[in-house]
Amino acid sequence: MTMTSQSDVTPLVEMRDMSVSFGGVHAVKDVSIDLYPGEILGLVGGNGAGKSTLVKTLSGAQKADSGEIYIDGEQVSIHSPRDAKNLGIETIYQTLALAENQDAPSNMFLGRELMTRWGTLDDSSMEDAARKVMGRLNPKFQNFKVPVESLSGGQRQSVAIAKAVYFNARILIMDEPTAALGPAETDQVRQLMRQLKADGIGIIMISHDIHDVFDLADRISVMLQGRLVGTVDKDDVTMDEVLAMIIIGKLPEEVTTKELEQLHG
Amino acid sequence: MSVVEAPPTQSDTLEPGSRRSLGSYLRDNEIDTRMVGMVVVLLAIWIVFHLLSGGTFITPRNLWNLSVQFSAIAIMATGMVLVIVSRNIDLSVGSMVGTVGMVMAVLQAEWLPPVIGAGNSWIWLISLAIGVILGALIGAFQGSIVAYVGVPSFIVTLGGLLVWRGFAWLTASGRTIAPMDSTFQLLGGGSSGSLGETGSWIVGGVACVGIVALLVMGRRRRRKFGFTLRPAWLDVLLGVLGCAVVLGAVWVMNSYYLPENLAIRYAEEHGIPIPEGGLQIPLGIPYPVLILVGVTLIMSYVTNRLRFGRYVFSIGGNPEAANLAGIKTKRTIVRVFMTMGILVAISAAVSIARLNAAVSGLGTLNELYVIAAAVIGGTSLSGGIGTIPGAILGALVMQSLQSGMVLIGVGAPVQDVVLGVTLVVAVAIDTIYRRRAAR
Repeated sequence: MTMTSQSDVTPLVEMRDMSVSFGGVHAVKDVSIDLYPGEILGLVGGNGAGKSTLVKTLSGAQKADSGEIYIDGEQVSIHSPRDAKNLGIETIYQTLALAENQDAPSNMFLGRELMTRWGTLDDSSMEDAARKVMGRLNPKFQNFKVPVESLSGGQRQSVAIAKAVYFNARILIMDEPTAALGPAETDQVRQLMRQLKADGIGIIMISHDIHDVFDLADRISVMLQGRLVGTVDKDDVTMDEVLAMIIIGKLPEEVTTKELEQLHG
Repeated sequence: MSVVEAPPTQSDTLEPGSRRSLGSYLRDNEIDTRMVGMVVVLLAIWIVFHLLSGGTFITPRNLWNLSVQFSAIAIMATGMVLVIVSRNIDLSVGSMVGTVGMVMAVLQAEWLPPVIGAGNSWIWLISLAIGVILGALIGAFQGSIVAYVGVPSFIVTLGGLLVWRGFAWLTASGRTIAPMDSTFQLLGGGSSGSLGETGSWIVGGVACVGIVALLVMGRRRRRKFGFTLRPAWLDVLLGVLGCAVVLGAVWVMNSYYLPENLAIRYAEEHGIPIPEGGLQIPLGIPYPVLILVGVTLIMSYVTNRLRFGRYVFSIGGNPEAANLAGIKTKRTIVRVFMTMGILVAISAAVSIARLNAAVSGLGTLNELYVIAAAVIGGTSLSGGIGTIPGAILGALVMQSLQSGMVLIGVGAPVQDVVLGVTLVVAVAIDTIYRRRAAR
């Protein structure tokens, strides 16, 4: 449980004591996490642990009942996806949230269209911008005029990522970024995430895949039944220790060798 | 931003030089193959009826009347496209035609003359304006219940179907209201409700200039950004075809002459000598068709060039994504129903002007024809897919079938059977086509 390298840097995002409940059930209870520039934070936990709900309060898709959010050390209030976007927070949902019937440029600019000076949609400029961003991210991508529903999983993921890159995301939330992808496409997305990290973007990555998390994340926050079990540096823990946090909710220093063995029982 | 090259994946590579069909060639050049197919079907229908009717279908007289008859439905079908694309439905349009038409009729025949004086030249415009506002309000009201209360549009407008039919009766206690204001009557395209020869050619000429300008601007824009251009011959062919269709239509409209007795009366009123062999006064483009052209241009602009149109399609494609993109989806839905209401009012004006009367049954079953026109024209009931020109072609296909059957003496019950079967077959073909296109 060390944050030696980052303790003197202001966190990009700090969420304090966030709580969300749905009709008396606490989906998220007093959870605090933070994220630094150029860092990938893995957010893990079983089904219903509250990971998605927690990040939705940051992306503006879910109202928190209580808690405070700080961006660059300043308190902000996020009531809608638009608020979040104005703060440089872009979200790539597990479902990708693409309008399936529309092409890649339309999706990239959905809700933030480029307009001509006559107040009409500037489709050519949008296509041009999409080609330029995609040229850096995924040069093989050429299908700018077809509905995204006819694209492969990796291409669709590229569209979602290109959107975040184009709008200069500083904070990127990725919900299960590789869950729906084949091995080659997973590699491609991992590569992209490393590029974004190198550019100083902070990424919160929700994942079921413990290997993904160990491959990409710098720190790992574990949730269980709506509460934060703890946040650990990846280099300080083993995969088994993280599994123990996910399954029985015990930190590495609390867990016994016997319990670790039972995980594989 | 220093992004290094991502490794390529197999799935991104284009299909290896497989044999390319004409269809995929057209699609690559942004030509809607569905639309081409529909035009072919329409021409086939015309030719078959022409042969079956002993050469009376493809005549100026029949085509002129056909164009007037299909306008009222086609005007509403353009709005129904947006309604259905946004994953909604509007079953109330036929009854709304009744209520709004009745109100406009009563306004000009009974309520306004005592206030502003009978024969006042503003009567037609005030009646029309109030009708349009009423249509917009009814649409906004129904749309608000759909968007903000969350009642499915099927239910809201099913209720509307009953409510507005009731109001159509209540407005004048079931009486027939006639006649309409003499200027208002022109909207219906009667014997004097058309542009005349010169005006029609001017409209046709302007349309041709517009078509060429659009093609040239499109090329220039694509060149500016360095996108691939359509082959020049294809653009030229499109321009020539477009102008040929427009000028051909004008020629047909101008080849239909005022009936002889009316022509004689017209000549007497205007002091024109009647030449030997009879007087031939070309009618030209009827006003309802001109209104339809205007509606089509505006609705295409709204759909393709404005944010509103894009948002309607986004909501239809994925409502959740639209929401997460920060689009005000509820407000957009209300506006969709408002647009529908305005178009209903315009259509109602055309209908009562053509009948020169309003009856409480006005517009009965119109909702079914309008929905059928949109759906035959390729609008998908699951939302997100549909085009304005498609819906107009759909309306034209239906009206052609109906007029053709009347022409060859098919009775009303059989007409209904044919139209019903056509609707289902059209959607079945479309569904299969889309499923194959998705492969």
